[in-house]
Amino acid sequence: MKEKARILDQEAVQRCVIRISHEILEKNKGVEGVCVVGIRTRGAHLAKRIADCINAIEGSSVELGVLDITLYRDDLTSIAQQPVVHKTEIGFDITGRNVVLVDDVLYTGRTVRCALDALVDLGRPRTIQLAVLVDRGHREVPIRADYVGKNVPTSQGETVEVRLAESDGKDEVVLNERSG
Amino acid sequence: MSWVRKDLLGLEELNREEIELILDTAESFKEVSSREIKKVPALRGKTVVNLFYEPSTRTRVSFEIAAKRLSADVINIAAETSSVRKGETLIDTGTNIQALKADIVVIRHSFSGAAVMLARKLDISVVNAGDGWHEHPTQALLDMFTLKEKLGRIEGLRVCIVGDIAHSRVARSNIWGLTRLGAKVTVCAPRMLIPPGIEQMGVDVGYDIDEALSGADAVNVLRMQFERDAREAFPREMDYFRKFGITRERIKKAGGNIIVMHPGPLNRGIEIASDVADGPNSVILEQVTNGIAVRMAVLFLVSQANDKRFSAD
Repeated sequence: MKEKARILDQEAVQRCVIRISHEILEKNKGVEGVCVVGIRTRGAHLAKRIADCINAIEGSSVELGVLDITLYRDDLTSIAQQPVVHKTEIGFDITGRNVVLVDDVLYTGRTVRCALDALVDLGRPRTIQLAVLVDRGHREVPIRADYVGKNVPTSQGETVEVRLAESDGKDEVVLNERSG
Repeated sequence: MSWVRKDLLGLEELNREEIELILDTAESFKEVSSREIKKVPALRGKTVVNLFYEPSTRTRVSFEIAAKRLSADVINIAAETSSVRKGETLIDTGTNIQALKADIVVIRHSFSGAAVMLARKLDISVVNAGDGWHEHPTQALLDMFTLKEKLGRIEGLRVCIVGDIAHSRVARSNIWGLTRLGAKVTVCAPRMLIPPGIEQMGVDVGYDIDEALSGADAVNVLRMQFERDAREAFPREMDYFRKFGITRERIKKAGGNIIVMHPGPLNRGIEIASDVADGPNSVILEQVTNGIAVRMAVLFLVSQANDKRFSAD
């Protein structure tokens, strides 16, 4: 795996989070009914940042949840490494709410499809909106994001790696090329 | 750390990481049972067969609920109403279940080693739900899960197991599991019910219940099977209660904070006093609730491992 380009640095990640937070407030006309749910692992970190940012802007306290989608994956039997099941932590009722689902990278759309299944098992939100830090294209299911940090045209031979301070020590997004 | 075994046969063969993985996975599954829709699709399309050669309500129902909350299909076979009555062997029953394309067999049998034997013969997963005097791994796992939930750890805990140690698969599985995770285990029973050489399993032996309880963080009270094995050792049930029964006075004498567990079904007034079973120290019903999460974790892990085994070929 060879690093080809640095798509976002720490400041750019921060700016994306701030812009997305403002867009969420704009679209929902404030924080009324809004809650933020991140997909483990890095989507959860981003969700926390977006929730903090919204709260800083509005002086509110939007509810924050974490979704583990392992049990909903459609590729459980084919992926090489057995995934570890983590906890879903959504301590509030999502029925009737505007749920902002957060993930780091939007690629095939399958992760988001699983997350939608997982969410509707927990209740019936009024709307589900999708926020991602990077949209790299190549969808395999009809899913689109409502809020995008950065659109990055990629080829299938490339990978997008998101690193966040919470799990990786620093914030950056890099485009890698599969070597060989 | 990932799970690679197609079966769960006992805790003796598991290392610390494997036991911890089951307990951690169970913690994630516990949340599912608190939802309004208590179901996840993880085992959709899989078939779980409960094959019970011994009567059991609690364990069978717990496995059935666990499988159903994972969206598996469940078939229950009780030996009394099956071809076992016509003389079919265990292996033949097992290979037939496999030919029916089931994915997991959960077996309860009165012969020690029945689950191991079946697992060797079958390609599908086998989960031991209790075999003779050998092991009852999911019971010990749910006991440990409950301890960890209550006290935050297993390492360094002092756990007393009291009752018919000689004939108890629950005791054996608990001893393997607890000692592997670094707990200190004392077994306590009348001499006749302590098997010789039990110290080699890494436990202390006590014959005085008050001594055994003093300083213990938890006591696991085993069911006394007076209808079966215990009669020879203790002819009168009241004598047992007087000498080994867990009463409020004994709990108080031991410091008052001790956690009281019991695998059920309870013999009130024989091994445990009613007011203790229903009192503030008791976590008996929490054990029952936790049993579902633990069994969901076990079914999920063995099923995953077996799928991987075939996709790797």
